[in-house]
Amino acid sequence: MSNTAAVHENEQISIKKKSQIVDVWKRLCRNKTAVLGLIIVAILVLIAIFAPIVLDYENQVIKTDYGNALKAPCAAHPFGTDEMGRDILVRVLYATSTSLSIGVVTVIVSLTVGLILGSAAGYFGGKVDMIIMRIMDIFLAIPGILLAICIVASLGNSIINLVIAQAVSAVPTFARVVRGAVMTVRDAEYVEAARAIGAKDSTIIFHDVLPNSLAPIIVQTTLQVASVILSIAGLSFIGLGIPAPRPEWGAMLSASRAYIRDYSYMCLFPGAAIMITILSLNLLGDGLRDALDPRLR
Amino acid sequence: MSEEVKKENTNAKDLTAEIKDLVVEFRTDYGIVQALNSMELEIERGKTLGLVGETGAGKTTTGLSLLRLIPDPPGVIVKGSIKLDGKDILSMSDKEMQDIRGKAVAMIFQDPMTSLDPVMTVENQIAEVIKLHEEGGMEHALTRAREMLELVGIPGSRGSEYPHQFSGGMKQRVVIAMALACNPELLIADEPTTALDVTIQAQVLEMMKGLREKYNTSMLMITHDLGIVAEICDKVSVIYAGHVIEHGTLVDIFKNTRHPYTEGLFNSLPNLENRTAELKPIKGLMPDPSNLPKGCAFCPRCDYAMEICKTEKPKRVYRNDTHYVECHLYNEDNIQEGKVSIR
Repeated sequence: MSNTAAVHENEQISIKKKSQIVDVWKRLCRNKTAVLGLIIVAILVLIAIFAPIVLDYENQVIKTDYGNALKAPCAAHPFGTDEMGRDILVRVLYATSTSLSIGVVTVIVSLTVGLILGSAAGYFGGKVDMIIMRIMDIFLAIPGILLAICIVASLGNSIINLVIAQAVSAVPTFARVVRGAVMTVRDAEYVEAARAIGAKDSTIIFHDVLPNSLAPIIVQTTLQVASVILSIAGLSFIGLGIPAPRPEWGAMLSASRAYIRDYSYMCLFPGAAIMITILSLNLLGDGLRDALDPRLR
Repeated sequence: MSEEVKKENTNAKDLTAEIKDLVVEFRTDYGIVQALNSMELEIERGKTLGLVGETGAGKTTTGLSLLRLIPDPPGVIVKGSIKLDGKDILSMSDKEMQDIRGKAVAMIFQDPMTSLDPVMTVENQIAEVIKLHEEGGMEHALTRAREMLELVGIPGSRGSEYPHQFSGGMKQRVVIAMALACNPELLIADEPTTALDVTIQAQVLEMMKGLREKYNTSMLMITHDLGIVAEICDKVSVIYAGHVIEHGTLVDIFKNTRHPYTEGLFNSLPNLENRTAELKPIKGLMPDPSNLPKGCAFCPRCDYAMEICKTEKPKRVYRNDTHYVECHLYNEDNIQEGKVSIR
């Protein structure tokens, strides 16, 4: 009978079973730029984790030594020293942990809120969509940096307030991306099929809709980590970011601005750190998107 | 036959599904589209009803209405009743409907390429139905899912693969396994073989027939393929512009065709025995569903159209207990005589 014929046909095609994560990993590895991004991000994460452990905050990171101020890069200070005689290499490394952790925490917070709001708006549509997205539009109409300045100015200059400020301005972007992604999936036939087997709305959203809208959300997440790091650098640059004397790339850039003609290396290294971090996050994000998309397999 | 006798007959039948006088409209910005116009449908337990008609005749809308899944907005059920096992589903709560979907009534969608979730393994997708409607947790659901795969002729070990690793025919088997996972009383098959090539079509149909007998499932076979109807159905409803215009058993419809539209459908089929015979397709297109003719909906395309067809809706004329037709050509006296083409 036809069934046995089909079984026979299937047996001939021997397919190695592999888990989805292994599959994604293999495809990510095929993409050279993504691997480069991944390696840099991994190194940055390691630095972020170990810098606060290995480096002595009191003696190495913030201790001023005016006798050694404004030294050009040399063997003892590979990146040179700043106007207060602090080693720039040490400060750049230490700042990695500040920037990355704030970036990641902010994105987790805003992603969670954005996911809930965006998927509700995209999936249910109609009035729910209208109300949520108009509120998001109001937030989007306020320039992010201005909103962050307002929040930090009114709540005070601390890391938690920075996270809140950044998260509030990032939520509308996430909500928009999630809503768009969900709307393209919402009308797919397999969602209708899920409804036809009696699945609840929440089951459909978490089992079918969100996993299928992951690609743009992942890309947005990595890009958003990068943009939050940039914003923090920007806020620090105007003196509203991480309170001194804790090192931060933007604050270091800001401080070195006055010396840019004579001691240009001072702004070179923090600037390069920002650039490399953001570039590697973007490379990784794009690579992940390609690797996670089942249609590109 | 008088209306009363007809009623008694209905009561005597054991009906899995019954649709009466159903009117469904899609209210769009461009006007009201009348998808179903007092649609009638009866499916007896363990029997298969074929729903035949052109694209846009309202076949899929009928199928979806049995699950109360007509997209709303813009779809609105204006009036009528839909009963499953004698219970009116239009008055049920959303929760009750969710329990029915997948358990009592399951649907096979038209295109297996798009009706499976691309990021979920097939066994997980089948297990999802089972988990929703049966006790026993994920472990039990997965075991059952693999059994279902074996049942439709796919090795259970392939369950952990993704839909893109399957061919079209195998995907349709997976969709069927999913639909049958909870032994539904009614299976709605919305053109289940349209997306498949003929050899796979035959396999899938053969399999569906076997499974139907095994579980005594009632079935609504939505199709435009008269070959499939002849293969698998017990009764046939021919619908045109959201309304049943001819209904009967296989013999009634195939051997004693009455309605000019049904006749036209048969004439549109190529004839294998006579290759020189010309195809006679039905001229024209389906009427604009937002602007249906006042009289018989088929009138503008009908070769036998008369004056009365333009202004009055035809009444139902019974040829025997099972066969009726709605056409002005017939009345109680001449219905027995023969096909329109012979007259």
